[in-house]
Amino acid sequence: MGKKQKNDQPVEFKSIKDMPDTPTSVGSMLVNKTSTWRSIRPVIIDEKCKRCMICWKYCPEPAIHPTDPPSVDYNYCKGCGICYEECPFDAIIIEQEGK
Amino acid sequence: MVEIRFHGRGGQGAVKGSDILAVAAFHEGKEVQAFPFFGVERRGAPVTAFTRISNEEIRIHCYIYDPDVLVILDPTLICAVPLSDGLKENGKIIINSMKEPSEFSFPDAKNPHVYTADCSSIAMKFGLGTQESPIINTTILGAVAKATGLVKIESVVKAIRERIPTRTEPNAQAAIEAFEQLHV
Amino acid sequence: MKKVLTGNFAAAYGATAAKVNVISAYPITPQTTIVEILSEIVADGELNAEFVKVESEHSALACCIGAQATGARTFTATSSQGLALMHELIHWAARARLPIIMVNVNRAMAPGWSIWADATDSISQRDTGWIQMYCENNQEVFDTVLMSYKISESESVMLPALINLDAFFLSHTSQVVDLYNEARIDQFLSKYDPKIKLDVDDPHAFGALTSPEHYYEFSYKMHEAQINAIRVIKEVGQEFGKIFGRTYDLTESYRCDDAELILVSYGTIAGTAKEAVDQMRNSGIVVGVLKIRYFRPFPTEDVIKALHPAKKVGVIDRAVSYGQSGPFFNEIRSTLYHESTPLYGFIAGLGGRDVSTHDIENMVDIMQNDPAQDLIWIGVKNVD
Ligand code: SF4
Ligand code: SF4
Repeated sequence: MGKKQKNDQPVEFKSIKDMPDTPTSVGSMLVNKTSTWRSIRPVIIDEKCKRCMICWKYCPEPAIHPTDPPSVDYNYCKGCGICYEECPFDAIIIEQEGK
Repeated sequence: MVEIRFHGRGGQGAVKGSDILAVAAFHEGKEVQAFPFFGVERRGAPVTAFTRISNEEIRIHCYIYDPDVLVILDPTLICAVPLSDGLKENGKIIINSMKEPSEFSFPDAKNPHVYTADCSSIAMKFGLGTQESPIINTTILGAVAKATGLVKIESVVKAIRERIPTRTEPNAQAAIEAFEQLHV
Repeated sequence: MKKVLTGNFAAAYGATAAKVNVISAYPITPQTTIVEILSEIVADGELNAEFVKVESEHSALACCIGAQATGARTFTATSSQGLALMHELIHWAARARLPIIMVNVNRAMAPGWSIWADATDSISQRDTGWIQMYCENNQEVFDTVLMSYKISESESVMLPALINLDAFFLSHTSQVVDLYNEARIDQFLSKYDPKIKLDVDDPHAFGALTSPEHYYEFSYKMHEAQINAIRVIKEVGQEFGKIFGRTYDLTESYRCDDAELILVSYGTIAGTAKEAVDQMRNSGIVVGVLKIRYFRPFPTEDVIKALHPAKKVGVIDRAVSYGQSGPFFNEIRSTLYHESTPLYGFIAGLGGRDVSTHDIENMVDIMQNDPAQDLIWIGVKNVD
């Protein structure tokens, strides 16, 4: 699926000239990590996962990468729980954040 | 710059006629402009269209108030609207009519030169439109070419061939016949 | 190659000559023939483009936004109510910095239903960030569509452009238009190749949530791009002149150098005003016309320079900013804030009312004899 972005490095612009013209993932969203919105955390259980990729399709962020098995990008997962609801094989469990 | 105003009724093709006259003049190297009086189109409603022909760039973009030439596709309009309003002195009026020019009077105009051509009959002969509403726009352009000398009949025919995709030749022949019939 | 074309055909041929990749538009009087001719050109295979049929103007612009984001060159056209329906996405296209080119046939807003010329529709889109310009004749329509791709796609601009032509006075008026030759057009306008685009091999998210930390700076950059456009419009106008023999700028002065009275206008009224100026000069009135081509970016410096010598300035608007005055008049007044020139704001031609040379002589007569006034309604009937 193409190039990996260096998601964990916040972007700071020394000059406005380095900033993109419009919000793109090279700009604001690298800084604007939505992980802090999360109170629950989905965890994919490898042994139960059938790789059907339904979680990847349903994640509205999209914070699930189509890896093998699919992986949650916790920089952007906002903890909505949709993946947990949609997984037909109960392969996703929910943990409380901050525990 | 010569300014020509067309008066007809919806369905007679006055707007297309003004455009074809402009194209004919363009083929003689002139700058041109043609446009309709932008009403909501209805069959039978009075329609006005305009053509400007000039040796220089045409910058003016308003209606024509003081035409050099009036082209009247439907003589019944003469009573309905003050057509000759603003016609320049010694201006020319070309009317689609079987009558003689002397049978028309234009009290608003100063010394107008009136020409008539029976365009409806010519158009019918070439199967343009129906008995009730012949389409005479191309036909009358033959008469306009003859009466005004603004464009050559060859240019009118060329413009008709360019702008009329169906029944092209009957339209061209009708224009030629009107050109030949009109006496100046 | 020269042809006798209506303004709408000139617009459609302009998009064709620019070799657009995607066209999406919804028909509305008096823009309809633009859509018709383009769909024919695409269907006949004369232009290798995608023609996307949609159910509304909102969808038409949405389609162009999506296509342009992938790096396609796009074109759309609309008028009046259709432009208003696009409004949400008009902002979006500009803030997403997508150089979409849109032709708008200036038509009055309803009610009362009107299909006739009035610039209120486009003026209402003033603060969206689009480049906005007005055409005087059909050659300018064709030329401007071509130039606009080059201007808007310039790396220092990257803003969409709205090209306006008066309903019927241009859209349905036939004039001689030089369509040039294809090789020279290709030499002038190269392929669109944006720095960032939707690309599966190099994924980016677009238009995401932007916090107060960054939104402000994006707005700053939009304004900067508009200001850059002033330079780019001039450069492209010069280059166009070298290749095709017609040079363009943000404004056009007609007999202004020695003019005591200057009329400022836009669109077809500027052309009629030039004709009226020639007639008035013959009778000894020293008057000139400043035609404003670009409303955004507004050519502040050029306007100051051009109007400086005038003893009096009149502005003719085919639009009203209700509760204030004519929209172009407002711009001119703020531009001339540091000058003491008496200003006359004329409203004329609303809803397609004809503006004749006689009306323009009437305005000059008012400028000669009456005190300056911000709002003068030319030809309004039955006002006590
Ligand atoms: S919890 Fe919501 S945001 Fe997080 S991975 Fe699942 S679907 Fe996506
Ligand atoms: S929906 Fe469940 S089973 Fe399917 S890929 Fe996602 S985690 Fe695995």
